Amino acid sequence: MVGVELAYWAESLLRVLGGLVAVLLPAGTVVYLFLFKMMSFMQSRLGPMEAGPYGSLQLFAEVGKWLQKEDIVPTNAQPEARIFKIAPLVVLASTFLLVAVVPFGPDAWFTDFDGGIFYALAVSSVSVLGILIAGWSSANKYSLLGGLRAAGQLIAYELPMVLAVIGVVIQAGTMNLQKIVVAQNAGEIFGWDGLGNPFLLTQFVGFLIFMIAVQAELTQTPFDMPIAESELVSGYMTEYSGFRFLIFFIGEFATAGVFSMIASVLFLGGWGVPFAWFGWTAIDDVDNWMNVVGPLILFTKMIIVVFFVMWVRFSYPRFREDQLQRFAWKVLIPISLANIMVTAVLKVAF
Amino acid sequence: MTMLGDRQQLSYIAAQAADARVNVELETEGMTLNIGPQHPATHGTLRIVARLDGEQVVWAEPVAGYMHRGYEKLTEVRTFPQVTALINRIDWLGSFANEVPFILAAEKLMGVEAPPRAQHIRTILFELSRIANVSLFLGDLGVQLGAVTPVFFAFRDREYVLNLIEAATGGRFHPNFDRIGGLKDDLPAGFIDETRTVMVKLRRFCDEIESLLFGNEIFQSRTRGVGVIPRDVALSYGLSGANLRASGVEWDLRRDQDLPMAWNKADWKVWTHPDGDSFARCWVRLQEVRESTKIVDQLLDTIPAGPVMTKVPKIIKVPEGEAWVSTENPLGEMGYYVVSKGDLGPFRVKIRSASFNNISIVPWVLRGVYVPDIITILASLYFILGDIDR
Repeated sequence: MVGVELAYWAESLLRVLGGLVAVLLPAGTVVYLFLFKMMSFMQSRLGPMEAGPYGSLQLFAEVGKWLQKEDIVPTNAQPEARIFKIAPLVVLASTFLLVAVVPFGPDAWFTDFDGGIFYALAVSSVSVLGILIAGWSSANKYSLLGGLRAAGQLIAYELPMVLAVIGVVIQAGTMNLQKIVVAQNAGEIFGWDGLGNPFLLTQFVGFLIFMIAVQAELTQTPFDMPIAESELVSGYMTEYSGFRFLIFFIGEFATAGVFSMIASVLFLGGWGVPFAWFGWTAIDDVDNWMNVVGPLILFTKMIIVVFFVMWVRFSYPRFREDQLQRFAWKVLIPISLANIMVTAVLKVAF
Repeated sequence: MTMLGDRQQLSYIAAQAADARVNVELETEGMTLNIGPQHPATHGTLRIVARLDGEQVVWAEPVAGYMHRGYEKLTEVRTFPQVTALINRIDWLGSFANEVPFILAAEKLMGVEAPPRAQHIRTILFELSRIANVSLFLGDLGVQLGAVTPVFFAFRDREYVLNLIEAATGGRFHPNFDRIGGLKDDLPAGFIDETRTVMVKLRRFCDEIESLLFGNEIFQSRTRGVGVIPRDVALSYGLSGANLRASGVEWDLRRDQDLPMAWNKADWKVWTHPDGDSFARCWVRLQEVRESTKIVDQLLDTIPAGPVMTKVPKIIKVPEGEAWVSTENPLGEMGYYVVSKGDLGPFRVKIRSASFNNISIVPWVLRGVYVPDIITILASLYFILGDIDR
């Protein structure tokens, strides 16, 4: 369908640039819209107002500030300074690996392979490595506690997340994210196809579990035990300053954006509109303009999903470590297993 | 003093023994974590030395004194009217309440009593500083437990109270308004109406905090059953204020002693809670803010006319003698033991501040809790560093 033929290097360059945009744009939007503005409005204050109209350039000011700061490596971390230094990059790398499988339009994807969601769930846990490295190599007790808490938490919440996705995979019959989008938009609800069949409706329990697990995976309140600024100062990030802290910061919000994209791909129909609106039936019918409109639709859906993540973040206190683990193992996992069972039975029945 | 030493030694030996046991069983060594002196959760420079086994506290000890300012000694080189400027800064969130017991003690020695109007206004300002103090606690509680939003509501609504205090006294934080024999000035015009509207706002703030924090399941699971202090332990450690009342002891110096103040002219309730856990302490404080707004509302209706200052000499010399006056301050019982030799200034002042006694229970209550619970318990015990170190 794509009319232009590009040389290999041009295509690769396009993908790299696209990847940067796909990671940094959501991160910037999320930080400005939610961390700066929504949080301020919820707390009866205005938030940044000086840099640019309504403080919209505040983020650039912050980035400039961080870049100017000294890149400090604590004395006790000196022997392993290299390890200490690469930790934030590992965390950010996991975000870039994650965005590689997100489809943005009928042809607007970085890579389109059949193990898509399997791959996404696998690379999302790479960030644990980075956090653990950061916590351990900082040679700081707070960082160590934070890193260990993060590792325990992320592993515990990986499982409900995988199990919640299995429901979608069963229903769509594929692990390919592009095909999951098509399955939702080409689907129908009891013969009515005006809305497609977003899995949000049929997999509502799965969606809730997935979002809770995402909240935990992103270490947002109420699951921000690893950072817990009132007890662990800043958890595994305590010793980082300057642009390494900036990378952690971007990583946190970029991952929020990318996970929300994956959530909207899995449950909200991704980039697509219900195909019946334009008389399409399969992916090959989809018009070329969807490659432009699709990313915008996905972006809007992402913003809506992040809104809920942040809403919870700004209004809830945090769980204690043991309560958090108990919640994952005793509540979420049994429910998601039951969800899989029900989905499987219904899939066979219909 | 020797008892405290013994106890310290015992807890140290216990820690060593626990360490040895853990080492034998798992071949791990404990970790000593210094929470503070610089730490976001200690509202200043308190240091908690905690020996951890994993995330569990084996032994913990508060180390105070990083902000010691020597106020007891400094009072000896000040005249009586000058002392209020110092003791303002002990519990810096409820400054006016610090001045009252000292002034009352000096008045007791001199045998003068403030006129009824001054007593009323004193009580109103005392309760306003309690509201300013405890409302900040209620917001800060959220931050300690990870909820960022309540603290901004607390700062917003505390601002109204601070404006009132500023309108009346000229100082937001350190009023220095109480004088021996009365008050510096009368209330400004419009103060009474303004206070009424602010009290309505504060009651709404309490409802907001109650639904935002106290009704939250996570908040409850974090605080209920955490840091339980039974009644007799609380009494034996000399806790006071809301910490004691949360352990089920109905004890409030505003009601239980006869001071020349106006509390007995209002109808209010002393709240207690049977549980003695962190939730109980926070809950009792929430109710106390509500009671304080009620007290202020009632006292505003009944302010008597008259002067705000009795006749006292221009140069105040306090006759020889000793006096002890304590009041129910926002943080608990605060008292001054004033010894005068008939000079311009006190010969010796012993300050009994609530937080110092309240944190003495920290080693007892922190044993065996998890690291996150340290923060919950410290937040719910509610100390102010100036009140510990003086």
